[in-house]
Amino acid sequence: MSYPGLELYKKLYLARRCEEYIVKYYPQNDMKTPMHMSMGQEAVAVGVCHAVGSTGLVLATYRSHAAFLAHTQNVPLFFSELYGRVNGLANGKSGSMHLADPDHGHWGSSGIVASTIPIALGLAFAQKRKNTGATTVVFFGDGAIDEGSFWESINVAALMKLPVLFVCEDNGYAVHTPSKKRHGYDSIVDIVGQFRCATFSDDSNDVESICNMTQQALSIIQAGGGPVFLHIKCYRYLEHVGINDDMKDAYRPVEIQEAWLKKDCLVLQRLRLINEQGVEEIVIQQLEEQVETSIHHSIVAAKQYSSPDPSQLFHGVFYEEN
Amino acid sequence: MGFSMRKIDYCQALNEALHQEMAKNPDIFVFGIGVPDHKSVFGSTRGLLETFGPDRCFDTPLCEDSMTGFALGAALGGMRPVHIHIRVDFLLLAMNQIVNMIASYNYSLGGKVKLPIVIRTIIGRGWGQGMHHSKSLQSYFAHIPGLKVVMPTTPRDAKGLLTAALRDNNPVIFIEHRWLYWAENDVPEGEFLIPLGQGNILREGTDLTIVATSWMNVEALRAADLLAKQGVYVEVVDPRTIAPLDEALILRSVEKTGHCLVADNDWVECGFSAEVAARVAEKCFGRLKSPVRRLGFAHTPCPTVRCLEDEFYPNAKRIVAVIHEMLGLPPIDLSGEFSYSHESRFKGPF
Ligand SMILES: Cc1ncc(C[n+]2csc(CCOP(=O)(O)OP(=O)(O)O)c2C)c(N)n1
Repeated sequence: MSYPGLELYKKLYLARRCEEYIVKYYPQNDMKTPMHMSMGQEAVAVGVCHAVGSTGLVLATYRSHAAFLAHTQNVPLFFSELYGRVNGLANGKSGSMHLADPDHGHWGSSGIVASTIPIALGLAFAQKRKNTGATTVVFFGDGAIDEGSFWESINVAALMKLPVLFVCEDNGYAVHTPSKKRHGYDSIVDIVGQFRCATFSDDSNDVESICNMTQQALSIIQAGGGPVFLHIKCYRYLEHVGINDDMKDAYRPVEIQEAWLKKDCLVLQRLRLINEQGVEEIVIQQLEEQVETSIHHSIVAAKQYSSPDPSQLFHGVFYEEN
Repeated sequence: MGFSMRKIDYCQALNEALHQEMAKNPDIFVFGIGVPDHKSVFGSTRGLLETFGPDRCFDTPLCEDSMTGFALGAALGGMRPVHIHIRVDFLLLAMNQIVNMIASYNYSLGGKVKLPIVIRTIIGRGWGQGMHHSKSLQSYFAHIPGLKVVMPTTPRDAKGLLTAALRDNNPVIFIEHRWLYWAENDVPEGEFLIPLGQGNILREGTDLTIVATSWMNVEALRAADLLAKQGVYVEVVDPRTIAPLDEALILRSVEKTGHCLVADNDWVECGFSAEVAARVAEKCFGRLKSPVRRLGFAHTPCPTVRCLEDEFYPNAKRIVAVIHEMLGLPPIDLSGEFSYSHESRFKGPF
């Protein structure tokens, strides 16, 4: 693709549309797995993963979809897993909360808040020892930074100069509780900056800015400068878990939602393509149709597979030689 | 004191116990992640913020271990903390404070202080809760001296046992099953208490004893119905508290029936079911007409996909099949019988 911003837009569009399909099909009760939707927050995962590239190693949370799709683009197996089909990433055992695809550098998602942060340290340590040059990226929410293991991990990464990119996806809430009701400080970036850890922050929701910022972070990490912490503001469009809008619950101010909707990451990037990068509308539409078709095919294909055989239950508890 | 009964559900029963005890004792306070939000821990903490104010019902940052230490400190300072967790799995982050500190603190002080700490927590199940939202863990806690472990099954027990836990001067881990939240039953309106350490016969029978915990009592009762159609009468014993355990009640039942099946809502290996089996074997070996059998979760992490989830959890039909083996009865066709599923109330997430 000759336009630099088009690939980013494609990844945003993929993540958004996959989730829109989930919203559409979830009521059919065939995807029986709790969903923590990324919708609204896609620019973080897409911008970061795009900069990191396919050699990067990713760890994520139960809000797994955008990071998974952005890094692996493995749409067919994504849907097979959500539908609990035998050809899924873990034969349906992992579902939405534990998505992983080691073949594409995605090393896991966790249902326990903050629990993949320390894992990133070890994964990064291994890269350093084995001289792979790969950067380890760990995504987590603003709730995760409440946990002790986040602070322990920042300390260790700084101390050991580990090649880790910490990415805090700050959507302002842990379930229904806003950050200001949970944090006895004002600026996480100021505090993390006191460690030997470079920090960057962004509240633009602009995928290109996030991608560029990540590139700067990566050059620090790759020069052996130790870990970097990215603090990226974003906004979750749907309820904490599930496919519904929850503005009726009134715990999030409508004005704030409106402000974020105005800078929806897809809208921003689409406008940029047309207004600043001279991409023709038709080119974008063709790209969108292409993504649309691939998602549609993946869903149809996934549903044709059967559920795993009951005997599958006991497989995979321990390592199995193929 | 009002002992008039009316039907309420398990969740309302928990909520009522909290309201009544908090009204009586200003030292009680409840806290935990999301406790005062509009979902109020599935409704179990509803109205506490409005009635007792933000000093006695509050949210916390995500820091399970530290807030468990906080509970210990508050108890040392004369308060009666109730720390609430929406899943048992998250208590694993608090194990240091629970096991290393709370459980042995009094011992290190020569037993001189009251440590009235209640840790309420919920077992998740179904619709792909998966490996991080479905643990039960009663055996973990009951293994540790210095902790009481409670698992109410009925709404009546939920209220009576929570009241007892709130009045106890020792740490209590109070484990609730998400699927039981919809159970409805007669519950006394006024204050009432069921002593910790007292089990309950949920159904009397003569032919075989099922010792069941939490949700497994529901399956055991259903199995008892199915078996009764064949003229087999099983007794269902609900220990209600895992520690201290009402061993006498279990032994009395097994002495009568001569057969014992333990249906624990947990993994079997090294679990509570092994504890019960061992005690029965030690103390009524001569009366046993068949080896003690055990049923529990499959020995795997909990899978997400439904068809494997169904394999993972034991149910009434599996109980019936095991009992047929124990009693030497021919298997019967149960394919037309329903199995419990809360699909209709549980579409989607949690
Ligand atoms: C250790 C632990 N405590 C509590 C929970 C329950 N829980 C699930 S998500 C969540 C909020 C996390 O918020 P944040 O890290 O900001 O991520 P977000 O959901 O906003 O993406 C909580 C409290 C959990 N899963 N793990």
